[in-house]
Amino acid sequence: MKRKIITFRRIISAGAISFMRNASLAVAAVAVMVVTLTIVLFSIVTSATLNHTISQIADKINISIYLNDNVTNDQRTALIGNLRQLRQVKSVEYISKDQALAEYKAANANNKDLLQAINETGNPLPASIQVTPVDPSHISQIQSLLNHPLTQALEDPQAGTSYSGDRKAAIDKIAHATNVLKQIGIAGVILFTLVSMLIIFNTLQMAIFNRRDEITIMRLLGATTWYIRGPFVVESIIYGIVSALISVTIIDLLFVVASSTLQASSLGLLDIGYANNYFYNNFLILLTVQLLAGIVIGAVSSIIATRRYLKFKTK
Amino acid sequence: MILLDRVTKTYNKDIGTVLDRVSLHVEPNEFVIIVGQSGAGKTTLMKLLTREERPTSGKIIIGGIDYDKLKDHEIPLLRRKIGVVFQDFKLLPNKTVFENVSFALEIVGMGHREIQHTIPRVLDIVNLSGKEKRMPMELSGGERQRVAIARAIARQPKILIADEPTGNLDPKHAWDVIKIIEKINQYGTTVLLTTHNQDIVNKLKRRVVTMEHGRIVSDRANAKYNA
Repeated sequence: MKRKIITFRRIISAGAISFMRNASLAVAAVAVMVVTLTIVLFSIVTSATLNHTISQIADKINISIYLNDNVTNDQRTALIGNLRQLRQVKSVEYISKDQALAEYKAANANNKDLLQAINETGNPLPASIQVTPVDPSHISQIQSLLNHPLTQALEDPQAGTSYSGDRKAAIDKIAHATNVLKQIGIAGVILFTLVSMLIIFNTLQMAIFNRRDEITIMRLLGATTWYIRGPFVVESIIYGIVSALISVTIIDLLFVVASSTLQASSLGLLDIGYANNYFYNNFLILLTVQLLAGIVIGAVSSIIATRRYLKFKTK
Repeated sequence: MILLDRVTKTYNKDIGTVLDRVSLHVEPNEFVIIVGQSGAGKTTLMKLLTREERPTSGKIIIGGIDYDKLKDHEIPLLRRKIGVVFQDFKLLPNKTVFENVSFALEIVGMGHREIQHTIPRVLDIVNLSGKEKRMPMELSGGERQRVAIARAIARQPKILIADEPTGNLDPKHAWDVIKIIEKINQYGTTVLLTTHNQDIVNKLKRRVVTMEHGRIVSDRANAKYNA
């Protein structure tokens, strides 16, 4: 057991030393891995941000049913009850004429002429029922209830029903952009993971070639497979760890530049403020994901490379 | 200690049969010299013993280990039990004398303190005390071979295989190396030495196994050799 620990320590330090010695070769491997991991991180942050934007807009979407002044309490309660029974409905809120007026006054507190005009005419605003759907793209049940003649009879003839239609279009647009970005992200990650692995293969092939005499001697002296292989795997895992740290730093710098120099709060559909918060609030998780991704890429490619280039079978 | 039973090694058609039904039995603590011209099969025989190559047919048993039953992952453990010295030394040029020996001890998982304790002792056996920090390039051929011997014996193997250890050395240095190998044999290690140096064979007065064209043609105690 003690010998195993000693050997394990030696494998780790041999890998670290080899990483330093192969610095020039390591640069290429690390550079490509940085690109890969930066794409991974960028995709995670971007899609989280876009999902947040969608849900935020979706929450604001509702359907307002304006009632005429003749609707009785019973009729109103019945309609609210019917709406609440629908599965597509998330919540229903009743806003009375008085509440509507109060809200209107509050919204126009600075416009004295308007306030005075309203005070003189009495309350012109209709009472309304605000319906928030579970999913703004699925409101067929709500629509058919609202289009029913019995419901229409209760509605204010002028205001009627208002859907936040323009918002729905925006949501669709963002959702589409998110999907496209996700697909590009996944394709990029796959592509660059493969490129990283190939470059690590090459780097290790060179490293193994440079040390072929040493490896031959190690074998003749009875070094186990893992004693020979271990340092190469450790070296590649170090590439992964270094690359993960660099990629996190790159994204971090990107946010610093975006928020301070550019003074931008959003970039097209991308809410930079939220992305920034998301990045810092989930920093440890994201860092862990990056490190794990780097370690896995390094370990897997070096295990394949050493299996290929270090021939362990005897003739 | 070493048992070979009708060991045959055949390569492809161009090279043909290199070892032909070689049978050999070596007792513990014996000193056996294997002689023969280049191409007689001496080196191939050594490679079979260290499992660098597998025999085409025949049986090899060393120190109770049956090579037929040896799995690939057990080969390193076998090699740790056999000390090997090569004609071309096989030292690491970018490591000091001390590091070249400690390298072999690290492989078997020996601790730092034990290594620090062992190396001066083995360097003393091969008369290289005080040269721990030299690089192989700074040493004579004989000294380099003695480093290789120190590396081989540091792990206290039961068997020492020396394949033409004096092949690259002038007579004086060759004798230094042979005397050290004799000393190691006296400490209780079985020695298998291949050479085609008549002078050494005749002065050693040991058991001599002569090979020709892949076969053992004579096997005599206290023998002479006329190439």
